[in-house]
Amino acid sequence: MDARQKEQYLREYSIMKSEGKPFFPYAVLKDSVMACIVLAVIILMAVILGAELGPKADPTTTSYVPRPEWYFFFLFELLRIIKPPSIVFIATVGVPTVCMILLILLPFIDRGPERNPLRRPIATTAGITVIAAMAYLTIEGALAEAPGQISLKVPPRYEAGKLVAASSGCQGCHKIGEAGNAGPGPDLTHIGSRLPRQAIARTLINPTAPMPSFAALKQQDPQKFNELVNFLSSLR
Amino acid sequence: MRIPKPPVPNALKRRPPRPGSRPAGNGRAAAAAAADKELRRQEALEQAAEVPISVVGWLDERTGASPFLRAMLYRKTPRGTNWYYTLGSATLFAFLSQAVTGVFLAMYYDPSPSNAYNSVRHIINEVWLGELVRGMHRWGATVMVVLIFLHMGRTFFFGAYKYPRELNWVVGVVLLILTMAMAFTGYLLPFDQRSFWATVVGVNINASGPLLGPYLADFLRAGPEFTATTLSRFYAIHMLLIPGLIAALIGAHLYLVVKLGTTAPPWLKAEKRRELAREEI
Ligand code: HEC
Ligand code: HEM
Repeated sequence: MDARQKEQYLREYSIMKSEGKPFFPYAVLKDSVMACIVLAVIILMAVILGAELGPKADPTTTSYVPRPEWYFFFLFELLRIIKPPSIVFIATVGVPTVCMILLILLPFIDRGPERNPLRRPIATTAGITVIAAMAYLTIEGALAEAPGQISLKVPPRYEAGKLVAASSGCQGCHKIGEAGNAGPGPDLTHIGSRLPRQAIARTLINPTAPMPSFAALKQQDPQKFNELVNFLSSLR
Repeated sequence: MRIPKPPVPNALKRRPPRPGSRPAGNGRAAAAAAADKELRRQEALEQAAEVPISVVGWLDERTGASPFLRAMLYRKTPRGTNWYYTLGSATLFAFLSQAVTGVFLAMYYDPSPSNAYNSVRHIINEVWLGELVRGMHRWGATVMVVLIFLHMGRTFFFGAYKYPRELNWVVGVVLLILTMAMAFTGYLLPFDQRSFWATVVGVNINASGPLLGPYLADFLRAGPEFTATTLSRFYAIHMLLIPGLIAALIGAHLYLVVKLGTTAPPWLKAEKRRELAREEI
């Protein structure tokens, strides 16, 4: 906006203002109605949805599924989409930071005099795109399983091994059921039908790179290791 | 049927006037006394009615607040101001609700890793209305986040971030960041599995950032590991640092709103008086 446009805006604005109604009681009335609605919604949600409290925090269990509050789901989903570890920080920190900087700079980027959303095609499109993208990521994030969680139904005697698998980071490279990354390792959903039990154990102890070796697990906690192998070979 | 009078102890019963104490003589003096009494009653009533006015006058004489209040309450809002314009004050109201419920939660909450979880249990199971207040605080956070995004969307699509309100937009973005930071720091406090592990992941995400990332994560954790200090640090940030900043910035935000006025809906034009405006020049 140049000086002339600014002056014109201020002039028009003062006319619009002189044609308007006083803040009290007109706007105050609307605001109060809105405040009552907000309070009613909060109380209703509190009564209906309650305030659940899960099991006490236990820093020693790594099997727990971290799940953020729903309005952080879109960040969480970004994390799932952007895989390679070397660029993960782009998803986690980069994208939000850049978005925030752009948001702060918005008034200095878009300085045109036009305010009607229908006549600001770029700004309106960008706004709607961002909203759609955030909605999409939020929904995807809500439907997705958290990393470290395996929803496959297994017979109870394999549950222990399932927990070990879920908490050992296998899903960083393998898909197990719905959860996990599709690469770089092969899908493990039906691994039991492809590899015999012995071969699975051998792979875990002596894998080809980049898969890490889990020989240490066998040494430190042979039982856990066996449960893991049993679980994997049960996947047919 | 007549309802019997309630029993009154003798000491409280009205005694009939003693003989001779009644104003003797003619009824005129009695009438004058009654009129006098009535007059005094009226005066007292009028004085009572004046009390609020004189209190306001007293305050105003000492603060000079009334021109300010008058300008704020009777300032005009532009033609076409509609329900979308209530989203900002709705956000403010949600914040106030969080502040009030938060104060009550803080009365019972204990930010030590061994007791935090149990104190929250205590709040929802034993404290009177505790579950309701905790629920309101919890869902109030959701409501506030939704409202702040709606309010931001409104100002975005109405082009309200343009001249002369750029600074108000910038203040708004900072408020948005702070609100999200509230949501993040508050999530740890119940100290159940869900909140603990989500926060561990969140802090690790911070740590993955370039340059400042590791320092920010160390600051949040109060060291390289999650320790007892971490929880009290999150608590202090959540209930003192950020709310203070938010309150101050809301003050600045509202000052600018009052000073600059709210925008008119962008599709309305000041058509009627255009000619007038031109004539005046
Ligand atoms: C860093 C990534 C990575 C991690 C973490 C990882 N793997 Fe692997 N895994 C691979 C790759 C890559 C292959 C394919 C190697 C090859 O072709 O021989 C593989 C192969 C396998 C195989 C053989 C599959 C086949 O079809 O031959 C099994 C079984 C397996 N992984 C199990 C696991 C389990 C169980 C875990 C967790 C305890 C795990 N992996 C963790 C990358 C990984
Ligand atoms: C704690 C959060 C916030 C509170 C309490 C708040 C409150 C308000 C209030 C009461 C108004 C008056 C007009 C209206 O209600 O629409 C307003 C206007 C405004 N707000 Fe906010 N706001 C908050 C956050 C934000 C955010 C996140 C942004 C954008 C990034 C923002 C940008 C603006 C702008 C540009 C205006 C001027 C609108 C106009 O003149 O039409 N605010 N705010």
